Amino acid sequence: MSWQPGASGQIIAERAALLGKIRQFFLVRSVLEVDTPLLCSSGVTDPSIEPLTVEQGASLSAARYLQSSPEYAMKRLLAAGSGSIYQIAKAFRDGEVGPRHNPEFTLLEWYRLGYDHHQLMAEVAELICSCLGERQVQKFSYRELFVHFLKLDPFAAGIDQLRETARAHVDLSFDSDDRDLWLDLLMSHVVEPRLAAYSLCFVYDYPASQAALSRVVVRNGVDVGQRFELYVDGIEIGNGYCELTDVQEQARRFSADNEKREQLGLTEKPVDTRLLAAMQCGLPQCSGVAIGVDRLLMCLSGSTDIRGVLAFDWERC
Amino acid sequence: MATYSTNDLRSGLKVMLDGDPCSILANELVKPGKGQAFARVKLRNLRSGRVWERTFKSGESLEAADVMEQDLEYSYTDGEFWYFMDPDSYEQYPADAKAVGDTHLWLKEQDRCEVTLYNGAPLSIAPPNFVELEIVETDPGLKGDTANGGSKPATLATGAVVRVPLFLSQGEIIRIDTRTGDYVSRASKS
Repeated sequence: MSWQPGASGQIIAERAALLGKIRQFFLVRSVLEVDTPLLCSSGVTDPSIEPLTVEQGASLSAARYLQSSPEYAMKRLLAAGSGSIYQIAKAFRDGEVGPRHNPEFTLLEWYRLGYDHHQLMAEVAELICSCLGERQVQKFSYRELFVHFLKLDPFAAGIDQLRETARAHVDLSFDSDDRDLWLDLLMSHVVEPRLAAYSLCFVYDYPASQAALSRVVVRNGVDVGQRFELYVDGIEIGNGYCELTDVQEQARRFSADNEKREQLGLTEKPVDTRLLAAMQCGLPQCSGVAIGVDRLLMCLSGSTDIRGVLAFDWERC
Repeated sequence: MATYSTNDLRSGLKVMLDGDPCSILANELVKPGKGQAFARVKLRNLRSGRVWERTFKSGESLEAADVMEQDLEYSYTDGEFWYFMDPDSYEQYPADAKAVGDTHLWLKEQDRCEVTLYNGAPLSIAPPNFVELEIVETDPGLKGDTANGGSKPATLATGAVVRVPLFLSQGEIIRIDTRTGDYVSRASKS
């Protein structure tokens, strides 16, 4: 058992400087820093994210969830008229351990009133360049990348074509009739490694089935989620949306998530009714993004393992 | 047999894959912020030695392989099998040519080897890192030529041929690094 930190003193100082720069960035833009709770009565319904749950304690009348992102609480502030806001928060995701994952990590999340996702991408690029130094910025649509690297249209391809393409590139033995599984596999195993050639790269306009909490619109005859991801040197650093503001659609997505959870044999999660009530009252049109601060620090310090940038990683605490 | 979920796969675990026992070398979580998680696992096929990467869906399960590593003493060969013995129980384990491979070039009676047993039978043999073997054939030694960096081939008692310095002669015992097949030194006189 080691009591010492896993990060060097220099990296601990670089983290402090990075947090300072981020706060300065938002201070001059008059974006308000907020602070929302980590433990809430409802967690995320997204089937690919498992929250950590706190079950014991005299203050608890029911289990509470450690937040996988401050998104729902921040949207309630937006609905209450906060204006543009940001937060640097701890977030938790169960079972995520690896060279780029720690179950407890630091997120920078911000929301810009009146922005669409392209305007927000421009601001994200400014922030990243102010932290890492000037970088070349490139933007590709999800479809462009699949056509370029895999010669297939991710919106039109049938499941057999996706499966065969995946098997041609990746050694695997499982099967699935879930289109999104094959798309995720091709994205993470074939496309992402090639994004390492681009310094700072945005991918935008995802299949509607992967819209998450973004607004879905019709582009070139297909439904696309106005969602974007940011990659720095091929590492996924952030995820953003032109936010869904329609409460009915939000409620539908929550129940679709829970249906998928049931199919996958996962426990269903209570829906955040306070968020729905806030959206019922009115979430202003906005775009929002979450950036992994630990990964940003990895890019800044040239670390290849997240354990090298955390004072105490999961195994040290 | 027990099974492992992809979340439990750690370096060193032995699993069955495509009918062959394999050793896990690394297991990397591939997980986008939004989207499905996969485990990209680096494996060594313990039968063929092939190292490669396979991707699993997070939560897929794999059958454990009945593989053990045991320190056994090399006894003798009858030409078909190489016999290894457990020095505590005296139990004999015959290894065939496929399991022994090129390792027979470094096997000396009574040396301890790390034997990988699959379902109780030898699957592969790791010789000691250093072995001492007699030179049975080489050109005559050049007396006094210890500084000049020249070398010559020498055949050892096991049939292995290694490069040795010019001053060594037939009948001498030398120390070999089995990982590289390189001459290390003269063996200390016992």
